[in-house]
Amino acid sequence: MNAVGAPIRRQGPGGGGTILDRSVPGRRGWSLPPLDVPEAPVPEEHARGRRPGLPEVGEVDLVRHYTGLAQMNYGLDTGMYPLGSCTMKYNPKVAEAVAALPGFQRLHPLQPDSTTQGALELLWRLERALCEITGMDQATLQPPAGACGEMTGLLLMRAFHEDRGDARRRVIIPDSAHGTNPASVRLAGFEAVPVRSDARGLVDAGALAKLADDSVAGLMLTNPNTLGLFEEEIEEIAATIHGVGGLLYYDGANLNAILGRCRPGDMGFDIVHINTHKTFATPHGGGGPGAGPVGVKDELAAFLPAPTVRRNEDGGFSLDPGGERSIGRMHGFHGNVGILVRAYAYVFLHGADGLREVSELAALNANYLARLVGEEFPLAHPGMRPMHEFVATAKRLRDATGIRAMDVAKRLIDLGFHPSTVYFPLVVEEALMVEPTETESKATLEAFGEALRRTAEEARERPDVLREAPVTTPVRRLDEARAARALKLRW
Amino acid sequence: MKFAPHTDAEIGEMLSAIGIESLDSLFEQIPPSVRLEGSLGLPDGVSELEIVEDLRALAARDRHLDELVCFAGAGAYDHFIPAVVWALAARSEFSTSYTPYQPELSQGVLQVLFEFQSMVCELTGMDVSNASLYDGATALVEAVHMARGGERTRVLVSEGVDPRLVETLRTYGSGSGYEPEIFASEDGRGGAPAVGDDVAAVVVQHPNVLGILEPASELFSVAREGGARAIQVFDPLSLGVLAPPGELGADIAVAEGQSLGNHLAFGGPYLGLIAARMSDVRRMPGRIVGETVDVDGTPGYVLTLQAREQHIRREKANSNICTNQTLMAVAATIYLGWLGPEGLVEVGRRCAAKAAYAADRLTGIEGVSLLHPSAPFFKEFALRVPVPADRVVAALVERGFLAGVPLPREGDDVLLVALTERRSKEQIDAYAEAMGEALA
Ligand SMILES: Cc1ncc(COP(=O)(O)O)c(C=O)c1O
Repeated sequence: MNAVGAPIRRQGPGGGGTILDRSVPGRRGWSLPPLDVPEAPVPEEHARGRRPGLPEVGEVDLVRHYTGLAQMNYGLDTGMYPLGSCTMKYNPKVAEAVAALPGFQRLHPLQPDSTTQGALELLWRLERALCEITGMDQATLQPPAGACGEMTGLLLMRAFHEDRGDARRRVIIPDSAHGTNPASVRLAGFEAVPVRSDARGLVDAGALAKLADDSVAGLMLTNPNTLGLFEEEIEEIAATIHGVGGLLYYDGANLNAILGRCRPGDMGFDIVHINTHKTFATPHGGGGPGAGPVGVKDELAAFLPAPTVRRNEDGGFSLDPGGERSIGRMHGFHGNVGILVRAYAYVFLHGADGLREVSELAALNANYLARLVGEEFPLAHPGMRPMHEFVATAKRLRDATGIRAMDVAKRLIDLGFHPSTVYFPLVVEEALMVEPTETESKATLEAFGEALRRTAEEARERPDVLREAPVTTPVRRLDEARAARALKLRW
Repeated sequence: MKFAPHTDAEIGEMLSAIGIESLDSLFEQIPPSVRLEGSLGLPDGVSELEIVEDLRALAARDRHLDELVCFAGAGAYDHFIPAVVWALAARSEFSTSYTPYQPELSQGVLQVLFEFQSMVCELTGMDVSNASLYDGATALVEAVHMARGGERTRVLVSEGVDPRLVETLRTYGSGSGYEPEIFASEDGRGGAPAVGDDVAAVVVQHPNVLGILEPASELFSVAREGGARAIQVFDPLSLGVLAPPGELGADIAVAEGQSLGNHLAFGGPYLGLIAARMSDVRRMPGRIVGETVDVDGTPGYVLTLQAREQHIRREKANSNICTNQTLMAVAATIYLGWLGPEGLVEVGRRCAAKAAYAADRLTGIEGVSLLHPSAPFFKEFALRVPVPADRVVAALVERGFLAGVPLPREGDDVLLVALTERRSKEQIDAYAEAMGEALA
């Protein structure tokens, strides 16, 4: 295989500089109709003096500048994006098209319900579908991302226990958990108690049993877990936690593994969040937006944030202001509705049969790729079958050559690929966490596998190409220590 | 409809390479007792054409704002969005990328975010900003969390802050152990917060929920003299004409950024803006982009100060935010680039003039008056109407207008009306006439 170079290239001449560097005094992009009513200046004491230092540019300047920047950015439409835990699957174009219908895009959030029946019905149908997929009874669509979903779920947990006069302080999370889990636990007023993983990479049931007592509000878990492995003892785990009066929280980051195969609600989970920007292919926007709907079992439904969408007896829909026991409001309005429209399109395009196939092929792809690269990059937990993603380790390579997982990732860029997640989960040394998703073809997986194997060969034969990589990108490795020391956060 | 490219033959080859018989074998580790029997209770998949028809039918049942002339605001506004904004922001290199964990492949979005942070600082007169938060309400929560610490735990909130923001704050506060305490305004503005040494923050919205201009710098002096942080909730498109938070003495400034080039979209996706003083940079939530150089000395951008964030600090992190609203920030950046300093002033000037004109026209109707006649306002004002406000809204929908937002806290006869640069004199006149008819 030839070194094809990075999928994002150095730009030609004319680049460089911020939009402010293109500013020319007196140049203008804006246009507005002439003022057709009498002037009414704001009172002197409230008026702004100096104008803000925004650029003065024309529309063509804007278009050239931001097109140039777009061309320096790698997206899913550019190529495979195998970031473990992120489920970067292809984002269907039809979802963009329907979200742009004026009936959804041109709605004010505080219009009377009688004028938003279509949007409300869409949200209601989506809520029902998400409950069916996760095995929950009711859901809120308000949380705008997974972390906010976690916070919502934990506040629900808190409200549930407090309602029973039972102020519980601790929430157990696996040592392999995503950083948002412990952060959310603390912000919801609980203490995060880690439980270790055993040699198989699964929650250590014995350790869990020792931690479980009546101070435990609940347990947060992904299943498959952050190592891509199914928690086979999930029923025992649930029995342990329920046995002490705690609740089970399902972090839906890995839901793509089990669609139509099994449901969190049937495994014993009481609260679930879903990342639509993972499982349901809503585009991640370079960092967001997403949506993090939260489903719950009936006994928690009274605590859900308000408003929720209700179907009335007459078949119409309304926003229910919520009862006294509602925890309140997690978002200023109704959540990231534009993203929920895209999620709806994805869910109903696929339907029951299509969603099941999504998970089958996601798991097929991950296992196939794990097999292709396993000799050089063995699984962190050999002998365990990964599901939709796998965690491999570059530890052996590092011990033999000094080359680290990050060097492998950077070399992959020069070989034409976006790297996998590296150094997560934290419990695995030199982790490479790979999630190809179902939308990559066999040929793409093979090319990626070939590139990954090549990095290992090069690590032994000419390690400098890894240490110096990438060399074909708009910039090479950046000095992050300097960025944090000599802070330059604005022009 | 499916997007996975596999042929049956390829699936067969892949299964045999893995050494298993069937796709079912990939799920064997799931205990039979928790497996789903049968299939999900959803319809089977459909074609693209069918889903488009389904969604068009739903959308057709909404009375959207190309049909209703919008005079509603209360935190989400019908400002004009020039075509260039989404022609660029919707480019798939931006929209289909992940958080820029690999900066060499993400210089585009990183630079846009650097420009965004710069523009937010320029707008607000503050030192530092970040790569966006979820929305205005959660941005206020984050600001309050920045301010709280040590003995200073209490949070004083002006009565002029939007009740939806206060409710959001109360919800998050129930986890972190605080309850926002409201201090009263007089005739729609001002007030006298008692800032003791247990107070972390004083929150003022300016212009406030009624559209009224607050004596913000006086309130902020009281806050700062008491040793608390002054937090301003601002309107980004007011800042061409109104003095910015930095000049008014705010320590932290937050806003709903929707009006910067983002669609109303029934409430989201929007974006939260936050800006602060340099001395608070390490308390800031979320992603922050910084400029640095690469190994060859070429300037470039990275996510920086990550030691603040959840993936490093875990349970010690001040905020749990991970996914944010980057694409909305991209749109806001392009929009602000389109406006420039002059356009920003022109939008503000138009909003103020149209609001004054509309208030004049509407209060000419018998039984309609301003809730606070002597208070200065910017682009929004509260009216007292002779019948319940929701009835006015319903009656005006019939006539092709979204008349405003009822404010039940102020009384069931109070209607909040918002004007943007987008409303013409003709539309305002027609609206006033329709209101007159509806109330006659
Ligand atoms: C396992 C896990 N949990 C939670 C999250 C947080 O979700 P979000 O980024 O939507 O807030 C992520 C996101 O990367 C994740 O991978």
